Amino acid sequence: MHFISPVLWQFLIKWLTYFAIFPPEASSIAPYADALYFFLVAISVVGLGAVAVLVVTFSIRYRKEMNPVATPIEGSTLLEATWTIIPLILFMICFVWGALLYFRIYSPPPNAMNIYVVGKQWMWKVEHPGGQHEINALHIPINRPIQVTLISQDVFHSFSIPAFRVKREAIPGRYNTEWFEATQVGTYHLFCTQYCGTLHSQMIGEVVAMTPEDYEAWAAASISGNSLAQNGERLFASLGCNSCHNSGPNAHGPNLANVYGSHLQMKNGSFVTVDDAFLRDTILNPTMHEVAGFAPIMPTYQGQVSEEGLIDLVEYIRRLDSQYRIEQTIDNSAAQPIQTGATPPGTSSPSLAPGAVKP
Amino acid sequence: MDSHTVAAQTAEAAHTEHEHPAFLRHHFASVEQQRETATFGMWLFLLTEIMFFGGLFCAYLIFRNWYYPAFVDGSHSLHIWAGTLNTTLLIVSSFTMAMGVHASETRMRKALVGWCIATIILGCGFLCVKAYEWHDEWVEHHVPGLNFSPEGFMKVNPDYPADKPLQLDMAEKTQVYFSLYFAMTGMHALHMIIGVSLLTILTIRAWGGAYTSGHVAPVENFGLYWHFVDIVWIFLFPLLYLISRHQ
Amino acid sequence: MSTIVILPDQTTATLPKVSYLNKEYGLKSWLLTGDHKRIAVLYMISITFFFFIGGAMAGLIRLELLTPPSDLLAADTYNKVFTAHGIIMVFLFLVPSVPATIGNFLIPIMVGAKDLAFPKINLLSWYLYVVAGIMILCVLSFGGVDTGWTFTTPLSTHYLNTHVVAAGLAVFVAGFSSIFTGLNFIVTIHRMRAPGMTWFRLPLFVWSHYAASILMVLGTPVLAITLVLVVLERTIGIGVFDPTKGGDPLLFQHLFWFYSHPAVYIMILPGMGVISEVISTFSRKRVFGYTAVAFSSVAIAVFGFFVWAHHMFVMGISSYSALVFSLLTMLVAVPSAIKIFNWSATLYKGSITFETPMLYAFGFLGLFTIGGLTGVFLGSMGMDIHLTETYFIVAHFHFVMVGGMLMAYLSGVHFWWPKITGRMYPEGVSKLAAVITFVGFILTFFPQFLLGYLGMPRRYAAYPPEFQVLNVFSSAGASVLGVGYLLPLLYLTWSLKYGKIAGPNPWQATGLEWQIQSPPLTENFVETPIVTHEAYDYEWLESKKGSEVPTVG
Repeated sequence: MHFISPVLWQFLIKWLTYFAIFPPEASSIAPYADALYFFLVAISVVGLGAVAVLVVTFSIRYRKEMNPVATPIEGSTLLEATWTIIPLILFMICFVWGALLYFRIYSPPPNAMNIYVVGKQWMWKVEHPGGQHEINALHIPINRPIQVTLISQDVFHSFSIPAFRVKREAIPGRYNTEWFEATQVGTYHLFCTQYCGTLHSQMIGEVVAMTPEDYEAWAAASISGNSLAQNGERLFASLGCNSCHNSGPNAHGPNLANVYGSHLQMKNGSFVTVDDAFLRDTILNPTMHEVAGFAPIMPTYQGQVSEEGLIDLVEYIRRLDSQYRIEQTIDNSAAQPIQTGATPPGTSSPSLAPGAVKP
Repeated sequence: MDSHTVAAQTAEAAHTEHEHPAFLRHHFASVEQQRETATFGMWLFLLTEIMFFGGLFCAYLIFRNWYYPAFVDGSHSLHIWAGTLNTTLLIVSSFTMAMGVHASETRMRKALVGWCIATIILGCGFLCVKAYEWHDEWVEHHVPGLNFSPEGFMKVNPDYPADKPLQLDMAEKTQVYFSLYFAMTGMHALHMIIGVSLLTILTIRAWGGAYTSGHVAPVENFGLYWHFVDIVWIFLFPLLYLISRHQ
Repeated sequence: MSTIVILPDQTTATLPKVSYLNKEYGLKSWLLTGDHKRIAVLYMISITFFFFIGGAMAGLIRLELLTPPSDLLAADTYNKVFTAHGIIMVFLFLVPSVPATIGNFLIPIMVGAKDLAFPKINLLSWYLYVVAGIMILCVLSFGGVDTGWTFTTPLSTHYLNTHVVAAGLAVFVAGFSSIFTGLNFIVTIHRMRAPGMTWFRLPLFVWSHYAASILMVLGTPVLAITLVLVVLERTIGIGVFDPTKGGDPLLFQHLFWFYSHPAVYIMILPGMGVISEVISTFSRKRVFGYTAVAFSSVAIAVFGFFVWAHHMFVMGISSYSALVFSLLTMLVAVPSAIKIFNWSATLYKGSITFETPMLYAFGFLGLFTIGGLTGVFLGSMGMDIHLTETYFIVAHFHFVMVGGMLMAYLSGVHFWWPKITGRMYPEGVSKLAAVITFVGFILTFFPQFLLGYLGMPRRYAAYPPEFQVLNVFSSAGASVLGVGYLLPLLYLTWSLKYGKIAGPNPWQATGLEWQIQSPPLTENFVETPIVTHEAYDYEWLESKKGSEVPTVG
């Protein structure tokens, strides 16, 4: 980095990359990861060197022919302390540096562009908010922080982009996120790195980092349907969500306008920040997230909506930034008949007739 | 060479000269060492059993924390009379086992056999009650994976009218409660079955007088195992049966 | 005080007439034995058998990885092959290797006892091992299992239709074999030491096995219950790990790694014990910092219980908990470093010879250092994000397990071969095998560090073409390594009949095992030893050279 001559650094990186014993540094965090790596390599070389020097010189100097009589030595507390404390200090440096890097890699900046990735056996389904869908590919603009929200439909997978030095597990049942900012135009490997069954080795793809202009062009050309939020809106209506979440004065459910990112008070007095994971879990396990001031009558949608559907709903709620948007939804859903679906037994939510605003 | 043959002969001669009970194994220097070693071994084995059940208790801790209402309702659906009866049976069986150990130490063969048989009967009684309970869970569709249905938990429980019926998503979490119920009581029952089988063998041997002429360690150590299985149940009972029963 | 030793003239050494090998004849006397030495030999034969099966699996893996596409094996087959390699090598070879063979043979002798505390449990332990092995062979014969040795849920519980239950139960049985071995060792070391054998007069080999036994006894039961839950989830359908039923797959990860991290210390600590003995003997002096090495073993065991989630840094655990585990991982690395430095310092002012066990020990020092340091790479959480689940991990654990543990095992086998069999191995070819193993190992596994940093994932049957050069190096090394492991099988078997007679103490080493005949009597000692000297006391040994070791016959 700054303390190594940029020319020398670039030469080193280019030489190593050309010979394919070093991956390209294609993200903003990659040089930081590489710097820690080189530090670790350095202390390993020093450590191994110290041991090697000791063993080799002692073996030669004190071999039987040179030293027929061994001298018994019990030990030396000073030496023990030295070779305890020095490795401990070095390892602590590794710990602190690694911790800083870890927090950097897993703390996305607030303005990151969000892309959803659903892993399934054996492909990656990438969903851009604008509605572009990709399989085993991820097109992104450079110089823009991108947050990837990961989930799996079935088993554990792991979304790894070695050139960016990032990796995170895609687990069934909850969202994981990682973020990166690509700095170099190019095509890079995307791997699944958690063994997931037969075609684990085929669950690979490409990350295509493009200039912002090229990305806009690609995004415009790749759209084939609605954006995620528009899909979410449809689902919101078809699942009957706006029978309770319609922001009327006697609505049974909390108002969802601008709820994303806000602090909600729960029935047990605690506060939660509404994020993707909270929304997803509330849709599936509403009893675990009872909001203060509302009766606990929200039914569960487990089994009725897929992971992609959940992503659509989350995107929709994320972009619900005004009362007007909610009314738009209600109007839109009035234009098509709503299937209220079977209300699960034990709940008492009224079904909404088409066109009605509140019960 | 002479010294070596002498050494060998001395070793054999020493063996026949030295008065030691038949049950003393030759790698031990004394009966005391054998007894202490065996007891140490049994305590260490019980420590491994604590770690074995520990995994289940850890899972229980986490899921009860997450799904408390489901655990309350699941617990309320168990028969508390059965659990209490089982607890009583096991505590009494620990008493009879302790009396058996005492009989072994005081060299009373028939008493030892009697106490052991009593323990076996009480243990089998426990297993019968447990089998009845499991059958009952099956009938009520509370067996996870096989025939589980959360329907019952979405209605009011007549024994606990103050309990609110659960919503579907929380009612489905009772399956986790029952998963842990069956895993924990199942592992416990397996240990009971092993215990009763071992005790049967011990009783037969005790009838032949094996444990009433100074060789107390097997009975003592089996007693330790039996008490341990009892203690595991003492933990399982409140954790599974007594969740929020104070109303 | 002189520590000059003159090795006894091998031509006059004779085999004793009576030993544990010929005390009784017949298959039944071996299969129903209570003699810890015979059980050790039974173990040695069985684990060697499984080692070569696991090795054959490794050979298939490296053959497949010569070329980028999945052209030698179908993807499913490859998955079954690496799973078999992992399960066999971890549970049927590495965990029992030193403890069940060399440990079983030597612990009673080293503490001055006639046998382990519970000989029947010892035999039961071997039978459980054999049952587990047969179950694994059945699983392999009937179609294999492809979960990976880590049995990750929900893949293993819901998404595979191979023999997961049988494999899980086999590992469960093997786990109990391990628990009983550890239990036996702990009780023996506590209760059956000879008069005068205080804790700090014990050889460091015993300390290492004590520490490993604590891990075996406390950690393995958690693996047992985890496997039970996986089997229940797969058969009945309980949902503790299934998110659709309210369970949590991460719970499996925590429970599994709670054992499997201490497992790696179970695997390495006994090997470290061997290294202490070998370096001391071939430098003719006491291990430098005996107390430090002894306490380091126990420290590794204790700390080893608290680092398991460093296998889960990228799984979405809380960053704050990850901090704690990373810190503890750094702390657990320190005692290993202390040991390496103490062993190196033992060489200072020693009188060093380079027999085969010493060559393997040197190999251990170098390769374990590299492996251990790369563990620090992985413990550093931010670095772990890039390196985890790649070939870097594969290289790391092969360096510590194969470059470390397997070399220590071979060192121990060669060191105590004269004691176990009464015969010497051929020194020339054994030195050659040691060097071939060392070279082959580096060629096989060092390129994998580079592959890992490049990002090549583990458990891949096919890979992008730019990784091929490094993979070819690795496979080439594997063939050299295979030769290095085959040679001992051949010449050690040869030596049983044609090796030179060893005599009681061919290395002129200290330790109670070298003061009795080779091979030992069934009851080890003619009379109970009374210990008056410290461990590694070469001056005491000098004074003993006057009297002959009692040999029967």
